[in-house]
Amino acid sequence: MAKKNTARTSTKKSTSKKSTSKKSTRKKSSRAGSPVSKERDAATIDKIQTLGTKLVKSSLSRIEPRVDIPLRTSSNTSYNTRKRLLEMGDAKQQRSLFNLGMSRKFMQTVLLANGCRRLIGEGKTLSLRGMYYMSKHDVKGTKESTFNDQGESDPILEDLEVTLNSLREELHVFAKKRGTMVGNITIVDNGDEIDCRRMGTGGYAIPSICEPSVIQFKKCEADFVLHVEKDTVWSRFNEDRFWEEHNCILTEGSGQPPRGVRRLLHRLNKELGLPIYCLLDCDPWGHYIYSVIKQGSINLAFESQRMAVPDAKFMGIRASDYETCELSDDVKISLNDRDITRAKQIAAYPWFESKKPWQKEIKQMLRNGFKMEVESLITKDISYVTETYVPERLAAEDFLD
Amino acid sequence: MTTTLSPAKDPMAKTTSKAGSTRSRSRNRATAESMASKQREISVSEFFAKNRHLLGFDNKRKAMLTTVKEAVDNALDACEEAGILPDLFIGVLQISETRFKITIRDNGPGIVRAQIDNIFGKLLYGSKFHRMKMSRGQQGIGISAAGMYGLMTTGKPLLIISKTSKRKPAHEVVLKIDTRKNKPEIVSDQEHPEDDVLFPDGHGTQVIIELEGRYQKGKQSIDEYLEQTAIANPHARITYVNPNNETIEFPRAVDELPEEPIEIKPHPKGIELGTLIQMLERTEASQVGAFLQNDFCRVGPGKAKDICGKAGITNRTWIKNIGHGEAEKIYNAIQEVKLTGPPTNCLVPIGSRALLAGLLKEVKAEFFAASTRPPAVYRGNPFQIEVAIAYGGAMAGDESARVLRFANRVPLLYQQSACSSFKAVTETSWKNYNLQQPRGGVPTGPLVILVHMASVWVPFTSESKEAIADYDEIRKEMKLGLKECGRKLGTYLRRRKRMKREAERRSVFERYIGEIAQSLSDITGEEPSPIYDALLEQARQRTEEADHQLDEDGNVIDDGGRLAADEDVIIIDNAVSVENGDDDADTPTGDLLFEDASPPAPAPTKKRVTTRKRVTKKKVRRKKTTTRRS
Repeated sequence: MAKKNTARTSTKKSTSKKSTSKKSTRKKSSRAGSPVSKERDAATIDKIQTLGTKLVKSSLSRIEPRVDIPLRTSSNTSYNTRKRLLEMGDAKQQRSLFNLGMSRKFMQTVLLANGCRRLIGEGKTLSLRGMYYMSKHDVKGTKESTFNDQGESDPILEDLEVTLNSLREELHVFAKKRGTMVGNITIVDNGDEIDCRRMGTGGYAIPSICEPSVIQFKKCEADFVLHVEKDTVWSRFNEDRFWEEHNCILTEGSGQPPRGVRRLLHRLNKELGLPIYCLLDCDPWGHYIYSVIKQGSINLAFESQRMAVPDAKFMGIRASDYETCELSDDVKISLNDRDITRAKQIAAYPWFESKKPWQKEIKQMLRNGFKMEVESLITKDISYVTETYVPERLAAEDFLD
Repeated sequence: MTTTLSPAKDPMAKTTSKAGSTRSRSRNRATAESMASKQREISVSEFFAKNRHLLGFDNKRKAMLTTVKEAVDNALDACEEAGILPDLFIGVLQISETRFKITIRDNGPGIVRAQIDNIFGKLLYGSKFHRMKMSRGQQGIGISAAGMYGLMTTGKPLLIISKTSKRKPAHEVVLKIDTRKNKPEIVSDQEHPEDDVLFPDGHGTQVIIELEGRYQKGKQSIDEYLEQTAIANPHARITYVNPNNETIEFPRAVDELPEEPIEIKPHPKGIELGTLIQMLERTEASQVGAFLQNDFCRVGPGKAKDICGKAGITNRTWIKNIGHGEAEKIYNAIQEVKLTGPPTNCLVPIGSRALLAGLLKEVKAEFFAASTRPPAVYRGNPFQIEVAIAYGGAMAGDESARVLRFANRVPLLYQQSACSSFKAVTETSWKNYNLQQPRGGVPTGPLVILVHMASVWVPFTSESKEAIADYDEIRKEMKLGLKECGRKLGTYLRRRKRMKREAERRSVFERYIGEIAQSLSDITGEEPSPIYDALLEQARQRTEEADHQLDEDGNVIDDGGRLAADEDVIIIDNAVSVENGDDDADTPTGDLLFEDASPPAPAPTKKRVTTRKRVTKKKVRRKKTTTRRS
């Protein structure tokens, strides 16, 4: 405890010490507003202009203008066993102007490319929704809108990312905040020092962009990171001051973790060398969340390199816990048909296929015929999960890889 | 000309007397003798006067239509037979709420004074019943029945004025029909030496009938009847003044009279035993061989011998020795012997081109197709089916197709669903031709379907001539014709759909090009207008098919091979198909069909014929190039 106290005061000190000098830099950086470095901004603008020039050239030389967009499908995704993450293949989709089905999307792609160029040029960032509004207007001379809803602009923006091979952050676009963090770490977020030990009940909201230029780790004493599925479970852990007792960082991703959370986990793992343990539901969705954290997702396979945590471990809930923890029948939620098909799909993914413990785990879940939520451990005791379940697992180092 | 119908009453009389004897003797029952005093001949006129619905005088509205119809049929028949291009005037004048005065005037050959009485004053009198020749009228009932109806409902006699030549005076006859005797009764008879006002050509006939009627526009009206008559008779000019005193002109679209049909003798296979016996009684020949050869078609000495041999008699057997038994044997022998079908040169179809010309002037559509089937035979009667369809244009798209039925150029307005042609339409699968069709119904869409049957004897389901009887042979021919037209329409619709799609594509491309040019200009710093122009040019090139329809004023779309190479050339045998792209173009007339994109100058009659010839040649040329291409 004493150790912890000193840690806390030292952080305070450092904050007050640097606060004066930081102020000036913060102002600067906020004025610049770029989530990435100037060099990367310049490179991105260059990429956009190259694409534009290519389209102009083909237009002027009477060739059908088209954009080659790498495919974001499972067929174009492969598992790299050496790197232990998902990678995007080379297959590309051609989006051309003079194809009735693609015409509108082509126009939208060009519009958004121009929008990103403007954003970068002005050094500002916008949310996905902001992007949608920025590019939305009536097509000249008609009542047709360039974008009818955000659902139209979001996938186009992802297309643009892969086409330009630039990240969303590099295009100065961010998503809604999701995910929370608390624990023995102090970070600097856009110049503001944040002590994650003193976040009250709400925790630190993990931003959409967690690039080193925005967030720097200042001081970390934690030994590991515990990632839980939902904020409800997270609140339980936070209320019980689990992170304090076990000296860790507690994160949560509101279900499928967004890019920001994954990027942060990746950096905590890579930069600070913290092991990542995941406490997720015992159902196919929980398994897939683990898979995404570990290997990356199919849709964002091009970003696995910077987001996946191949060393992440799966702590639970395990299918066998029903017996080992002597849980009551109240925890059972029977599997429906969709769950079963999804579970079989997951078992067949190459990155699960070769792992015997996982095959066993999924098989047992299917054999059980029910799924279990982390919250269900409350049936044992309100704090069973924080006081017994997780500590026991940590002590036994009983994880699925 | 009277028919005895009294025997029909005999069995009735017997049963009555029997019943009477068993029930009560006290009541004064009729005896065979007392009844005999009441039994007498019924005149045809009387019979039809009571049963006027059989002739199409069911109700006031229909009676008026039938009157006009009979008179118009007669007038057209007379004009054509005399080789005169028909010029008809029909006037319907409303005298009181239910009383009308109908005037029909033609420029026909006129009627000699001696025959006027019989033609108008006697039922079943005429030239058409005894012959096997294609004509509108068949029995000789029509106009006199109309006169009779008028007389019965208003008591007013018929007024007939007829002039046979410029040098002869016109006769004005007022006559009544004595229904009991089926005889004309002259009320007054005048001569008008100088009456050129009515007949500018110097000849013609005018009939005025006053009758009880009801006038209503719309379906099954006089207006509709005349409109359809104009379609099937594009060589006639019809002027119509309706009860609202509006004059409607149906112009002439073709300046050629249809060919004069040839009269034929009956075919042996087309008669029934009773008819055969009657013919045997009436024949001028004295021996069976001669009878068979002279009174029938397609029977030569060899076939006559065959028939006689099979019937167990010889060529030389005397007719007077033929009794009922022998007649039956001859009848059976005829069924066994193989005979050539009846000659078909007696048929004069309207002709695809004339049919199209007729449709073109009366129906505002954008696509027309017609087909004339080769002649065929039912029950020994030759017949020929013609089908035409008109699609699109100003017609309503969500209604059932209109089916126009014709028999020997006469429109049939009543009893549609009983008609063979209607059945043929519903049995055809129109879905194959890109049209909607409810189950077992008429297709839906902006469509007019025309079916015409030409025959020396059209088998009507009743004397009022409203529906064609449903013979398999007839329906089969109709269906074949419908399919032929349907295929052409299907091709056209498919092509039109593609044009539309191309036009849509272009509009989509063009819509986005502005946005794209602006954005690309922002990104690269290039000028937006050259990018815009270049992209627009590409868009136009890629959708150039759409231009073919936008081109000029909706003529036959032919882009020199590209479309033809696909699937889309309508091969023109004897049908001409015309496609009109825009409705706002001038109302198409019959001429348009024969002009080729050149400005349709109002050419005088002679020129028009020459133009037609030229186009015929051109069509042939086009057909040739098509075959070469494929």
